[in-house]
Amino acid sequence: MITEVGHFALILALGVALVQVVIPLIGAHKGWQGWMALAVPAAVLQFLLVAGAFAALTHAFVTSDFSLRLVVLNSHSLKPMLYKVTGVWGNHEGSMLLWVLIVALFGAMAAVFGGGLPPSLRARVLAVQAAIGAAFLSFSLFTSNPFLRLAQPPFDGQGLNPLLQDIGLAFHPPFLYLGYVGLSMAFSFAVAALIEGRVDAAWARWVRPWTLAAWIFLTVGIALGAWWAYYELGWGGFWFWDPVENASFMPWLFSAALLHSAIVVEKRESLKSWTVLLAILGFGFSLIGTFITRSGIVTSVHAFSSDPTRGVFILGILAAFVGGALVLFAFRGRSMEARGVFAMISRESGLLLNNILLAVSSLVVFIGTIWPLVAEMFFDRKLSVGAPYFEAAFTPFMVVLAIVLPIGAMLPWKRARLGRTMRPLWGAAVLALSVGVLVWAVGTGRSALAPVGIALGIWLIAGAFTDLWLRTGRGPFKGRAARLRKLPRADWGKALAHSGLGITFIGISGLLAWQVEDIRVAQVGESFTVAGYEVTLEGVSREQGPNFISTKAEMRVVRDGRELVRLYPEKRVYPVEGMPTTEAAIANGLWRDIYLVIGDPQEGGGWAVRTFIKPFANWIWAGCIIMAFGGLISLTDRRYRVAAGAARARPVTKPAAKGVPAQ
Amino acid sequence: MKRLFLVFALIGSPLFAVNPDEVLQDPALEARARAISQELRCVVCRGENIDESNAGVARDLRLLVRERLLEGDTDQAVVDYVAERYGEYVLMTPNRDGANLVLWAAGPVLFLIALIGGVLYMRRRARTGEGGDALSDKEQARLEAILKK
Repeated sequence: MITEVGHFALILALGVALVQVVIPLIGAHKGWQGWMALAVPAAVLQFLLVAGAFAALTHAFVTSDFSLRLVVLNSHSLKPMLYKVTGVWGNHEGSMLLWVLIVALFGAMAAVFGGGLPPSLRARVLAVQAAIGAAFLSFSLFTSNPFLRLAQPPFDGQGLNPLLQDIGLAFHPPFLYLGYVGLSMAFSFAVAALIEGRVDAAWARWVRPWTLAAWIFLTVGIALGAWWAYYELGWGGFWFWDPVENASFMPWLFSAALLHSAIVVEKRESLKSWTVLLAILGFGFSLIGTFITRSGIVTSVHAFSSDPTRGVFILGILAAFVGGALVLFAFRGRSMEARGVFAMISRESGLLLNNILLAVSSLVVFIGTIWPLVAEMFFDRKLSVGAPYFEAAFTPFMVVLAIVLPIGAMLPWKRARLGRTMRPLWGAAVLALSVGVLVWAVGTGRSALAPVGIALGIWLIAGAFTDLWLRTGRGPFKGRAARLRKLPRADWGKALAHSGLGITFIGISGLLAWQVEDIRVAQVGESFTVAGYEVTLEGVSREQGPNFISTKAEMRVVRDGRELVRLYPEKRVYPVEGMPTTEAAIANGLWRDIYLVIGDPQEGGGWAVRTFIKPFANWIWAGCIIMAFGGLISLTDRRYRVAAGAARARPVTKPAAKGVPAQ
Repeated sequence: MKRLFLVFALIGSPLFAVNPDEVLQDPALEARARAISQELRCVVCRGENIDESNAGVARDLRLLVRERLLEGDTDQAVVDYVAERYGEYVLMTPNRDGANLVLWAAGPVLFLIALIGGVLYMRRRARTGEGGDALSDKEQARLEAILKK
């Protein structure tokens, strides 16, 4: 019964969404207040209906209702409660429902908190958002309905893929969806502004928080995925340049570009049409990511349910929305005349360079991702584009970005002098260079990766804090330190996000350059030494978990005669799903991780054991978290709230005259 | 759904990729074998190289690579040997020939185009704005003098 109510709520939500597309658009065109205002209750109602449907599906999973096809395929009565809940989105149909839920949630939030927007803009934003919602609601209902029943329900389900029964992976998709869909808000604002024919600072002030929020979610989602791969796949890889990873990385790069260019629109009223284009492309790449994941057209380790009908449907959505928006942009984009003027060297040009680097690097990732498809279709060549290509083609852009970032971040608006901006930065540059040279000197001299990566990381961190320190003005140290705490949150957010990037740089290059690996057969009781750590296989036992059987090893790690840690790597077999997983045991540390994996028993006795020493591994995730935290602090900046208030005052002072020229 | 399980089974089975019995005695040769393995794709997996993969085929290929190295082949010769038998598909780094040149040139060319476009845009903007509210050198000097006081 609850299931049917949920199903019905989903259908009603589609109806509401269609109304929310048509009525407010007409209202905004004709200037009918009532029709425009309808968008607000419609958006809230649509969200409540989808939330009801989602709750109904969750109820079916939690109560293990095996008359539902989706529950049978993805759940099992023995599964821990947490994974019964996360199992709701651990599959194609459920994750699409979550996607739709987030689209509706953001639409409702824009409706509720959008009181300060000009009424016609708000109506159009909500209509575009509802159009996206309607497209994905029909996708869900017509091609991947989560509420299908079975005529003959089985006694128990087939279980959830054990790899998904993990806390890191359980929350990886929701974060990514929040990010992807967050970009839909920026898209809706961009399309609404194109229809409206006006982009101004107030518009940018609305777009920036949404983009920033999307970027934060994407950062966390990508970091969770990378972290999961690191501890779960059994050899500590964290990024594979797999099509589906790239699918989340491209929107991340675009949202990073967009949130920077929106600053220029907000502060200087320049780069308007470019910002609108970025907003369209950012969501476009989210849709491309969805298409790649759902259609299975590009083979990938993640490829969820490859189904041609679904692929074609998403391709249709992609073509309609991005194609439509780009056509609109072609007609209206030019009308957005920029006001602010800036010189060749200025903060504006620095941000433009940031945008060029991020957008081009994202396009390189895109070309690399679809090239196997292009080559097969047009040149009849079956080939792969693997990690070595991306490392060669993508990394240089990041190196250039890291070099120019601290300088660009400190350039004054409008007109700047490079020499003057560089003056306070020389300290950071010398520090970074000398650490780089030191690393080069003590290193094995094998590769330039560690010295360059670490020098860039330090340059980013030191540059970010030099900038922050200079913002405290002049005067005695004590006064400046006091002022440091009173700086706007946006300044702190900027410094944290940029230094987080530096920390991730250090983590990636340190890990890749200095990782030590040891593979061997160890007898029980045997000790061996890896990079100065003495590892002993103390024993191996079999244990029974809630829904798995585990082979658990006990291993002792000793350094300089002192016991550091005892680790318990496991190998699990999930009988319901008939699948094994590795549970590596990791001793986390600031400077290194000790990473142990137990393998199979060997014929001549003993166990296969793999030991890794992974320097700076935690810096990668720590950097991502700091980046996201910087974004969060920036998001709570007072100026956004002030801006919201200022925008509220605007429609009163500037009545409809300025809102109408689109007609 | 079955296919999903298969896919995950391929990436997630716990036998770790390189097994102890595969490792060569000579550390230098083994290091070369590992480097070459990272350049070769596991043909039944999705997007994994044979060094990371747990699939049987990947193991066979790893053994083949080591065999060729023991025979005295150079790194390139080993890669060519495998590519000849399994096709271009096994190469993780796409060849730099024919249509693939587009792939390899894409990054630098796009960057140049974007950079030129950006510079042209800024020059146009700078010209329209000249004589506007930008400070002349003299005014700039005066402003600095005031600020220094």
